Amino acid sequence: MIGDILEILLTAGFWAATIRIVSPLILGTLGELICERAGVLNLGIEGIMTMGAMAGWMWVFQGGDLWGGIVFAAFIGALFGLFHASFTVYLGLSQHVTGIGITLFASSLSYYVFRMLLPDATTPPKIVPFQPYAIPGLSDIPVIGEALFSQTPLTYLALLSVPAVWYVLERTPLGLAVRMAGENPVAVESQGIDVLAVRTGAVMVGSAFMAVGGAFITMSAFDAFYFGMINGRGWICVALVIFASWRPGKALLGALLFAGLDALQVRAQQLAGAQIPYQFFLMAPYVLSIAAMVIMSRRALYPKALLVPFRRGDRV
Amino acid sequence: MRIETREDVALWRVIMAPPLAVLAALVLGAGLIIWAGEPVLASYWALLKGSLGSSFALNETLTRSTPLIFTGLAAAVAFRAKFYNIGAEGQLYCGALAATFFGTGMISLPPYLMIPFLMLVGAMAGGAVLIVPVLLKTHMKVDEVVTTLLLNFVILLLAGYLLEGPWKDPMSLGWPQAAPIVDEGIWPPLLAKGRLHLGFIFALVAALLAWALMRFTVWGYEIRAVGLNASAAGFAGIGVNATVIRTALISGGLAGLAGVSEVAGLKGYLTLDLSPGFGYAGIAVAMLAQLHPLGVILSAFFISAVYVGADAMSRSTDIPTYIADVLVGLSVLTILVSVMLTRYRIRWN
Repeated sequence: MIGDILEILLTAGFWAATIRIVSPLILGTLGELICERAGVLNLGIEGIMTMGAMAGWMWVFQGGDLWGGIVFAAFIGALFGLFHASFTVYLGLSQHVTGIGITLFASSLSYYVFRMLLPDATTPPKIVPFQPYAIPGLSDIPVIGEALFSQTPLTYLALLSVPAVWYVLERTPLGLAVRMAGENPVAVESQGIDVLAVRTGAVMVGSAFMAVGGAFITMSAFDAFYFGMINGRGWICVALVIFASWRPGKALLGALLFAGLDALQVRAQQLAGAQIPYQFFLMAPYVLSIAAMVIMSRRALYPKALLVPFRRGDRV
Repeated sequence: MRIETREDVALWRVIMAPPLAVLAALVLGAGLIIWAGEPVLASYWALLKGSLGSSFALNETLTRSTPLIFTGLAAAVAFRAKFYNIGAEGQLYCGALAATFFGTGMISLPPYLMIPFLMLVGAMAGGAVLIVPVLLKTHMKVDEVVTTLLLNFVILLLAGYLLEGPWKDPMSLGWPQAAPIVDEGIWPPLLAKGRLHLGFIFALVAALLAWALMRFTVWGYEIRAVGLNASAAGFAGIGVNATVIRTALISGGLAGLAGVSEVAGLKGYLTLDLSPGFGYAGIAVAMLAQLHPLGVILSAFFISAVYVGADAMSRSTDIPTYIADVLVGLSVLTILVSVMLTRYRIRWN
């Protein structure tokens, strides 16, 4: 059994699958991370990912091109981010409850819109999704080439957004403003920067990332949209942000660990199928998410102003 | 734009907030109905008729409101202490699993003992799910929203495993369902016709008890105090952690009862589609009730009517059934705003 698993870990197919599975998780986790660094918990993620999955797919199904679909998904995601921000940032309503409300609303609205536009679809209609693009030269490297450099462009986008988000957050004045909005909004205000605008912008950008993560699932991993597609991936992203202690680099590591376990479970199932029921493999990512949160919570340096609404003139 | 606290909150504002929120959600939902090319008022009339317009419809609405009262109470009690239990769906299935485990022939008792016994084990199973998340919250500050949510997936997979494996009823012709609950454990129907069962009465009693607990007991006072300001409550000598743990167990127990109710009251056996998301809808129920246990009865009735009525409406029109979930999601958002407007006023300047 252990030998079999080691053998799986050495195949390029396993690593290629891991990178494929990790892509939407990275985008969702980065999106949640951006929101939370600015001080806003966004539990709308599950619904926003569903919305992105539907919107991007529908754009292409209606005749649009793939990249246009991604831009459209990002735009819709940002709209829901604006919606979330007007409730939590401007009105100062409970971030927990608003997020859950947005998830309920956005996911059911996605199914409603899908049914409205395609009322008679019995079998899910399909699009031609993003195709793998082998990067010349790099894709010829054994194992790594197939795993890393023979993916779809959306995967490259997801992987490149990790350093990009890290750079903007940690090395630019804009990133400093975002981080300070999540740590000490009063100090931001005293610099003459509008905390509410910074937070709103961060939630919109973060939500756009989430929506593109959802769009990956219908436009790159699969070619159709159906009920329950996101299936808890958004919630795993929320857990991954805690696991990553709010750091983009660690978020990539955490997401890779999860994706690897997921890819392993599909393959191990084929080996041990008779001994271990498949449901136990499927449980593993959720149980591990909880375990990861416990391990990381000890050193979690969470943004100090997370969940705290900021009201101008109302400072204590 | 400025947000100002209202000095004193008029009672009429508090009472009018939920109906106005519902109205706002219906107005927003009207856009989707117009998009479907259907007349708005006639469609909402069809929804109303489909949920309350006949004794059959009313019976169905009350039947569907039963689990929603339980899950709504579960959310209302927990949210009062700012313990965000989003795991009622999983706790519901745990209650159902416990009722199935003990109710399918393992134990034989007369009905007046069997029914309370199954309720007890179901409630305990529902509460047990929350032990880990609540201890993680109180002792390690791990956010309970994510842990309770993730456990929903774990429990559903566990139920799937049991129903496809060891608990599968050989008489079920290959369907993943458990053996039926023994006759002594079945909750009797309330009326000669329709599916309404004793669980509805139990749900009303549970709401009354929850209200009495919150309103008249020291526990209830502690729950409210911790929810309003945990550090002040701790300073005043209330055991904050103990209160949060107690609240969580009560909340999980109530959600577990929803599962027992569906198995022993409605279906008679456990299947994987026992709940079409009653656990999540319970959050909307509790929000709409402004976390008031007696309000939960009314809001559960309303949300149940939306689901039952939307089914009827979409059968007779081109409006997809998902409209029900959209309206419920919208109601959560509109109630948030309308409750806020009872306590604050917005000044545009």
